[in-house]
Amino acid sequence: MSGSTHHGNGRHWPLAIIPLSLFLFFTTLIGRVGHGDTPLWSWAWVPQLNITFSFHVDGLALLMALIISGVGTLIFIYASSYMAGDPQINRFYAILTFFMLAMLGVVLADNIVLLFVFWELTSISSYLLIGFKHEKADSQRSALQALLVTGSGGMCLMAGLVLLGLAADSWQLSEIIYLGEQIQSSALYLPALILVLLGAFTKSAQFPFHFWLPNAMAAPTPVSAYLHSATMVKAGVYLLARLNPALGQNDIWFYTLVIFGGFTGLLGGWLAWQQVDLKRIMAYSTVSALGVLVFLIGLGNAYAYEAAMVFLLVHSLYKGALFMTAGAIDHSTGTRDIRQLGGLMRAMPYTFVGVLLATTSMAGVPPLLGFVGKELIYKATVESYTGSVYVTLTAVVTNILVVGAGAIILFVPFLKKQPADNPPPHHPHPAPLTMWLGPIVLGTAALLSGLFVGSEFFSEILMGSAISSLAGQPQEVHLHLIPLVWDIVPLLSLITVALGLAVYAVHARFRDPMQTLNGRVSRFGPENGYFGLLDGILWFAGRVTRLLQNGYLRNYIMMIAFTFFGLVGGYSLIGRIGLHPSPLNLRPYELIVGLIIILATLFILQTGSRLGAVIGLGVIGYSIAYFYLFFGAPDLAMTQFSVETLTVILFVLVLFRLPRFLSLTDTVTKVRDGIVATAVGLTMTLLVLTDLDVPTNLEIANYYAAEAYKLAHGRNVVNVILVDFRGLDTLVEVTVLAVAALGVYALIKATRRYLPHPSHPSHPTEQFDEDTRTPEKR
Amino acid sequence: MIQSLILRTAIRYLFPLLLLFALFLLLRGHYLPGGGFVASLVASAAFALVMFGFGVEHARELLRLHPLELIGTGLIAVVSSALLAPLFFQKPFMTGLWLDGLHIPAIGTLGSPLLFDIGVFLAVLGVVLHIIFTLAEAVQEEGEFNE
Repeated sequence: MSGSTHHGNGRHWPLAIIPLSLFLFFTTLIGRVGHGDTPLWSWAWVPQLNITFSFHVDGLALLMALIISGVGTLIFIYASSYMAGDPQINRFYAILTFFMLAMLGVVLADNIVLLFVFWELTSISSYLLIGFKHEKADSQRSALQALLVTGSGGMCLMAGLVLLGLAADSWQLSEIIYLGEQIQSSALYLPALILVLLGAFTKSAQFPFHFWLPNAMAAPTPVSAYLHSATMVKAGVYLLARLNPALGQNDIWFYTLVIFGGFTGLLGGWLAWQQVDLKRIMAYSTVSALGVLVFLIGLGNAYAYEAAMVFLLVHSLYKGALFMTAGAIDHSTGTRDIRQLGGLMRAMPYTFVGVLLATTSMAGVPPLLGFVGKELIYKATVESYTGSVYVTLTAVVTNILVVGAGAIILFVPFLKKQPADNPPPHHPHPAPLTMWLGPIVLGTAALLSGLFVGSEFFSEILMGSAISSLAGQPQEVHLHLIPLVWDIVPLLSLITVALGLAVYAVHARFRDPMQTLNGRVSRFGPENGYFGLLDGILWFAGRVTRLLQNGYLRNYIMMIAFTFFGLVGGYSLIGRIGLHPSPLNLRPYELIVGLIIILATLFILQTGSRLGAVIGLGVIGYSIAYFYLFFGAPDLAMTQFSVETLTVILFVLVLFRLPRFLSLTDTVTKVRDGIVATAVGLTMTLLVLTDLDVPTNLEIANYYAAEAYKLAHGRNVVNVILVDFRGLDTLVEVTVLAVAALGVYALIKATRRYLPHPSHPSHPTEQFDEDTRTPEKR
Repeated sequence: MIQSLILRTAIRYLFPLLLLFALFLLLRGHYLPGGGFVASLVASAAFALVMFGFGVEHARELLRLHPLELIGTGLIAVVSSALLAPLFFQKPFMTGLWLDGLHIPAIGTLGSPLLFDIGVFLAVLGVVLHIIFTLAEAVQEEGEFNE
């Protein structure tokens, strides 16, 4: 992976102009939004379904957009050297850009259907990026796990958003947030809430769905820094913050979010200090931070809203910086294992400055912004409306553990002496400019925003408008670096840092025993549940497949025939009773073609050659095309002719691969097949006759015929329907065809080794049942 | 591959004719029987003929593009014809757009549905040829394996 042979800055950093220009665009909006204006752009998309392509920018959206484009700029620069030399670097930047636009879509979308579309796009780009090194089994597994967890959550979210839209009778978020009372008195409120929470919790890695996030560290480090700490995992938090005015500010919301968020915060912090991989330490502390954010949104008092928004920014700044550093260390030394690292302060001085600023902010030490964030968190818990001491205790213990994790990240690789008995694979060298720029810029941002936290620009305009969006009404926000009142809060901060350093002091001694213990506990953990579920589904699918698709083509056909007969046969038999047969007015050429069809059928039944049977079927197909012609459907006839031709070609190609024509059927089977065939034929005949007796509703047909030229400028109604009136169907059908082509390709390429040889006819079921057997055995 | 002089000679004449016929079907589709789907089937038949007469490699060379590229181009054309209206004309997704006044013989009025139909043509052609070529190559390899 991060081959430490590349020292340069790479060639792709100029691409950072894309996120940078977006960032500059969003900065121009700060003034407008800060004064209460919310710019809205809207295009009609599917007006019939109330789906619009609309974006609005309020304080919350703008804060997120600035983080996404700002951190994105630094990540684009950083990845230039991190990914240098990777043969797929262009693909990497393409997916990264795709992700960034999707993520901006999530936070800016005003229509909830649009929000969902972008939400899913972020899951897909995350899947592609986690599995970027797709030849590694580890990456494949982690990518699939992230996709399945966030994807199932996405399904829940879709249902939840639809219910929300129905309850609010509006599909625009800018309206929904003012309809809180109406939504919460609706019977749909509870199901909508549960489904939306499932969506948000899976995306933002809340317990019990947290396990995918540490595994997502299989992604290249720029991805971990960008998607899995600063932006994408915050989508769930964003959604909760966005919907807080509509769904929240009641008891269910309070208890669910505080309990799940609080527990996730504790769990993440608890697991973070026990790790030896730098990226995993950071991943678990991200889980912890996401828990804290959910916890704060649930607390729902004025301080909690301030804390949530400030901590959101704090975490994006320091965690983005730390992940970039972990990648730089990996690049420089060839390892991220803290047991092999030490003394990097001299070797990587600029990286050290970045880490120093980031971990100081993480630990909540003044004058960095992290300090302000932590003070507000404590203030919020002290002022919480239950006033429970457990709420405060949760926050304090979580922060102690996070301080411990931060201390490990700063002290072990940079300040401690290099362990002599366990050196890293490479002698460390300084990181190139593109690799230390990001951490330093983010760290400096945390420092400056901490120093000037009280300024009107930061406190009232930027943060104030975001906090107002979260609260659902304008908030008076005045942030301070130095506490105004010396109550219990600064004392808690002191205790936190002191005990956090104590965690650092003992972490190495307790790490190994804790990991053994965790191994035992995790047997009952949610990740094992995930694997159990996955295995169960595969087992069930295997059984069903073995039952329905046993390798005998004739069994498939019989299954289809029986289903058809069962579903339709009874209906058409009943439908026939009491109906008079229509008089037959056959024209002579119709009779001739009909006879040809019957003759061809008889020929197929008795022929001993496959090729003969295929040609017989072709004759039937062409004859049916004649019938289309007779009844004035030249389009259908033409299509039928072409399809028949191609089917014969496909048949001929496949025939080569089949064993010789064998007579595997005995008399009993033949009788059985005859009965099935007769039943199906009879059903079909009766169905057609019934259909003729039912009066046709011509309204739609007449509408199409009348409007085809007026609306769609076409005289060929069939084609107008295909490409215009029902163009969406065609669009999806073509896509399905494309996927089918890929499937056929994969099947042929993947199974060819196991297919029976033309010269060695053998039992097909055996081949499919034991397809894991090595082909050499035959 | 079939080593027949008659077949090969016939294919030399049939191939361009079939392709022209496919183009004809594609362009007239909006007014008269035809359309992208049928046209793509006729074009696929043309390439299948070449495949039978001269082998898969030759048919692939004649196509120049990989079938997957055709599928991709086709899907892009289909989606972009649907996106033209919302992107440039402030109209809902998939609204048909027409160059009124410009009337070309045989094609009729130019509009986004023609682009849509061309997309369908390319995508379906790609799908059919991808399947046929893959199958033919599998048969060929197995044949060699037998010898």
